[in-house]
Amino acid sequence: MINVNGERHPWHAGLSITRLLQEKNYVFPMIIVQINGAHVHEERYADTMVRDGDDVAVIHLITGG
Amino acid sequence: MKIYLNEKKVTVTPGAKVAELVKKHKPGADLCILNGFPCLMEHTVAANDRVVLIEKGKRPSKRELEHLLAARHTPGVHARLKKACVGIAGCGGLGSTAAMALARAGVGTLIIADFDVVEPSNLNRQQYYVDQIGEAKVDALAGNIRRANPYVQVVKHRVRIVRQNVKALFRDADVVIEAFDRADQKLMLADAMLDLLPKTPLVIGNGMAGYGANDLLRTRRVGNLHICGDEASEAGHGFGLMAPRVGACALLQANQALEILLGPDPRITRSEIRNPIPR
Repeated sequence: MINVNGERHPWHAGLSITRLLQEKNYVFPMIIVQINGAHVHEERYADTMVRDGDDVAVIHLITGG
Repeated sequence: MKIYLNEKKVTVTPGAKVAELVKKHKPGADLCILNGFPCLMEHTVAANDRVVLIEKGKRPSKRELEHLLAARHTPGVHARLKKACVGIAGCGGLGSTAAMALARAGVGTLIIADFDVVEPSNLNRQQYYVDQIGEAKVDALAGNIRRANPYVQVVKHRVRIVRQNVKALFRDADVVIEAFDRADQKLMLADAMLDLLPKTPLVIGNGMAGYGANDLLRTRRVGNLHICGDEASEAGHGFGLMAPRVGACALLQANQALEILLGPDPRITRSEIRNPIPR
């Protein structure tokens, strides 16, 4: 089990950031991803693996200000 | 015993009342601020109190003004904020509002950066005035800050903020406030700050279109990112930005910046809410 934005989400082997974003249906383009507080660059989403117990934060940046 | 009267150390007799201080030190004063909060003339002062006596309606001398402006700050807090530097990336609805609040709060240095000029459609939510239309936003904002608190040092950069200049602009800031309009710009700044100034907290404004729904505006912390707003209400055609909700988000950002600079306010207690507003 992992934490995604404070909600529990099932973990499985081979869970990359790309895969996790698909599972969560986080399809928006402007996002920041952090795993246990460490920033993950967009070009690393496919080969960055989430480990069981990780705390993942996904911030969806939206227009307005 | 010693007290601080208009920032000067003076000796007073124990049991002295404010009215006696007025008579002796500042005849004509009709307002007394005691340790950051107004008090009555009958109030008895204690050792080490900070007393500021003000004559309402009278323009103070330049020499007097700074400590009169600071009279309602809690002793100690002001001194720490005076040494702080906050960067503000963008001077629109979020940036102009956050900057004015931080200037009034007494933050010593504000770095403000924006490439644009004030135009009429800004005035629905940004802290500018009709007579400032056409001025560079950084010049107009610096002028407005000076009118509210001339003791703030304003470092202004009329420049479009891009990844390549983020470090040079904000390396001296203790905290940076993200105050752009467009999502791609917000992402650019967040990415650049995480990569180039990873130790500097970034306070992002995220989701504040429309009006109402106060309960959805909040602050979430993820590492060194502090995200203010409802994280959902995206501005677009038919869903505009309005002064109260953008302003509320900007003030959440300014308030978060103070908490980052000062640490959590120990005087605020977090009790459970007894009377939630029904929706």
